[in-house]
Amino acid sequence: MIRVVLPAHLQTLASVPCEVALDVQGRPTQRSVLDALEASYPMLRGTIREHTTLKRRPYLRFFACEQDLSHDPPDTPLPDAVAAGVEPFLVVGAMAGG
Amino acid sequence: MSSVRALVGTRKGAFVLTSDGKRDKWEVSGPHFAGWEIYHVKGSPADPNRLFASQSSSWFGQIIQRSNDGGKTWEPVGNKFEYDGVPGTHQWYDGTPHPWEFARVWHLEPSLTDPDTIYAGIQDAALFRSTDGGQTWAEVSGLRKHQTGNSWSPGAGGLCLHTILLDPSNPKRIVVAISAAGAFRTDDSGATWKPINQGLRSEGIPNPTAEVGHCVHRIAQHRSRPGVLFMQKHWDVMRSDDGGDSWREVSGNLPTDFGFPIDVHAHEPDTIYVVPIKSDSEHFPPDGKLRVFRSRTGGNEWEALTKGLPQRDCYVNVLRDAMAVDALDSCGVYFGTTGGQVYASSDAGDSWAPIVRDLPPVLSVEVQTLP
Repeated sequence: MIRVVLPAHLQTLASVPCEVALDVQGRPTQRSVLDALEASYPMLRGTIREHTTLKRRPYLRFFACEQDLSHDPPDTPLPDAVAAGVEPFLVVGAMAGG
Repeated sequence: MSSVRALVGTRKGAFVLTSDGKRDKWEVSGPHFAGWEIYHVKGSPADPNRLFASQSSSWFGQIIQRSNDGGKTWEPVGNKFEYDGVPGTHQWYDGTPHPWEFARVWHLEPSLTDPDTIYAGIQDAALFRSTDGGQTWAEVSGLRKHQTGNSWSPGAGGLCLHTILLDPSNPKRIVVAISAAGAFRTDDSGATWKPINQGLRSEGIPNPTAEVGHCVHRIAQHRSRPGVLFMQKHWDVMRSDDGGDSWREVSGNLPTDFGFPIDVHAHEPDTIYVVPIKSDSEHFPPDGKLRVFRSRTGGNEWEALTKGLPQRDCYVNVLRDAMAVDALDSCGVYFGTTGGQVYASSDAGDSWAPIVRDLPPVLSVEVQTLP
């Protein structure tokens, strides 16, 4: 199972706890994990990725294993520790504002 | 006894304010969707317990929420607003072409007769319609594809479609307003549109009487007389007696004719309300006095309504969607401020009292009169 940590506003929107577990077929990537997340929680469509382009929304970041994966191509395999369920894939609201 | 439900959208959530028909004691529920910008909340005239809310944030984009129990519980519905076809461009602030980009839903207007049909006015300016209770949305694209569409340019708040008026006597007629393109009308349910800006004069555009390009802030109508429209333009309060085909200025003796909201008394079609703001560069009331102005003559002759409103050191604004009336007798009038106050008058504006004083900045106020 892939562990995904969501920011507080999206936890509220999807009525889920901080972390959700997803069954992802094959080697997990950003795209396959987010596809699985949106399939399980359709209300999250459009909130992490743009609807049509599936581009990451500008004020969100993807972290895992203390790395910023935000700018990786979406089909890049996620780190082994994420694939093994040891470490979570984090969707993070960027710090913005004052 | 009748009751009243005020639906308040703020920078940091939605609030539902309820009272009985006396309107002197209020219960406050909220914040709903805490931390999100709530541009607008509105109930269906066909099913008053069905509410829709526009919820958005710079981080997470647009959500549409729906309630079927008067705001006690909510569920997210469809949030995909995709322009019809190849969107093309409109004019950017610097005059260059700019792609149409969805930013947010400014205004929700439920059908007068069908609780599953609702219109949404969005930024960048377009009109969308849902016929399945908000689950899916389709652009009413004849508006944006009007031959002038590629020349529309944004106002300071963005290129937003913020006003949608459905004609109670003619279901094929819709009037919308866009900052800063102007007012438009369809008489064939949205297939074709015409600019209705004749008579408007805007010094801030190269041709002050151009067909489009006017920064219309708000239009209001009385449901018994939908052919009469009242407009608060960037500057100037205007009136049309022919469904927008022509306009004449009715600013009269207002201390300033800049402002955002305008509304009509529920039972007196010639009684209208505005909140004058000093200027486009100083968005607060003149002289630090928060005054609603009422005309009982359909414009031109205005009286200041001050009882219960701060008359010194007040520097809030009242935004375009932040004024509403109820349908009780006597008519209640409500408005919210960027300082977080929601003021109510249960005597058609003669006197005012705050329902709440310390909400986040108020973006919108709608009022439902319930049996």
